[in-house]
Amino acid sequence: MTGAAAGQRDLDAASAQPLHPAAREVFLAALDRGYADPRRLHRAGREARLLLDNAREVTAAALGVRPDEVTFTPSGTHAVHLGLLGLVRGSRRGDVVVHAAVEHSAVRHAVAWGARAEEVPVTGDGRVHGRDLVERAGGPGVGVVALQTANHEVGTVQPVGDLELPDDVPLFTDACASMGRLPLPDGWAAAAGSAHKWGGPAGVGVLLVRKRARWRNPFPGDDRVDERSTGFENVPAVLAAAASLQAVVAERDEVNARQHDLVEVVRRRVAAEVPDVEVVGDPRDRLPHLVTFSCLYVDGEALVTELDRRGLGVASGSACTASTLTPSHVLEAMGVLTHGNVRLSLQRDTTRADVDALCDVLPSIIAEIRSRVGL
Amino acid sequence: MSSHDPALELDCRELPCPMPVIELARHLTDVAVGQLLAVVARDPAAAVDVPAWCRMKGQDYVGADTAADGVPRYVVRRTG
Repeated sequence: MTGAAAGQRDLDAASAQPLHPAAREVFLAALDRGYADPRRLHRAGREARLLLDNAREVTAAALGVRPDEVTFTPSGTHAVHLGLLGLVRGSRRGDVVVHAAVEHSAVRHAVAWGARAEEVPVTGDGRVHGRDLVERAGGPGVGVVALQTANHEVGTVQPVGDLELPDDVPLFTDACASMGRLPLPDGWAAAAGSAHKWGGPAGVGVLLVRKRARWRNPFPGDDRVDERSTGFENVPAVLAAAASLQAVVAERDEVNARQHDLVEVVRRRVAAEVPDVEVVGDPRDRLPHLVTFSCLYVDGEALVTELDRRGLGVASGSACTASTLTPSHVLEAMGVLTHGNVRLSLQRDTTRADVDALCDVLPSIIAEIRSRVGL
Repeated sequence: MSSHDPALELDCRELPCPMPVIELARHLTDVAVGQLLAVVARDPAAAVDVPAWCRMKGQDYVGADTAADGVPRYVVRRTG
């Protein structure tokens, strides 16, 4: 596989993907051609401006939006903050954000910082009922509704395009988990994406703001080419992100079908071969490349470590994994087991042999970890 | 909830995830079928994982209350 050391299988594409081959040449060429300040009128500046405008046009075409609706940001997180809080600032109705309980922490942190939260619960497979969001949207002081396109931890696709919100309540959609892989839904006023999740470089986010949206910059402005952006544009990275996005969209029918089947293999094998396991998220209406399961009596950190020793890189949303003492708010909101959790997300070149390698070693690893506590 | 009087209460106050659920599994058969078993735990994951364990293992989750010192307590009825 690309990007991983020999004998290693990186099954954590949802955290980051290696640079798409289509982006590598573009990136290297743009390092030389696109270094200058795109606002300057001299030759090098015009060259950088040309590349930046080209990146915007390619991104817009890949996503089916207008070029002037695209802003490049320094991260997906920043695109979420800008998009969501800009709609709050532009709202005439108030600063309450109605959002699903399973939104990414970038949405939750933005709301905690600059708005008031009203959380809407989800079903056991992680999906919000559209009518719950719509009902709450009519409440006093509600300025924005936020709903992710698909969940980043369990893969469940949300009914973004089906929401019939009151006319003056805009929808923000965090599309970071799905951008490039799935077509954007309709109905949003602002949206956010993150390039390293589609095989672009890290440090590039995409903010989309609809032409007629009431959006006001929630942060200090700047004097860049794009009035919504701040700071000196990373033109080579932005262009590489656009090239990767274009390639991912072009190949997604084939890649998605293959990955959907491979995830189905994992879901089936794990449920059949590992005792006391819960495979969660919607089994069908989901991201093609991602699956999450939780194993009873298993320390998530121990499981991640044992799989890594066997050359298999996975993520975990368990509290027992080092960085946090609280369990994943997504698993918590779904009411499913939070410990012993593994999130697997396939790279574009992950094979049947790769997923079989994981499924082959799981039962004995889990049995061994359980035996440490006498279960 | 204070009316519940478990046959056995497990002190898992200082145990990290997933130990409270492991203790629950270890001591389930210490109570008779139909009796209550409680686990007292500060671990925030227990609030989700005890009900999830009950669902997966076919036991009844009775609910949560607090121990005398204010620490969350999760009550389970053994059904089999």
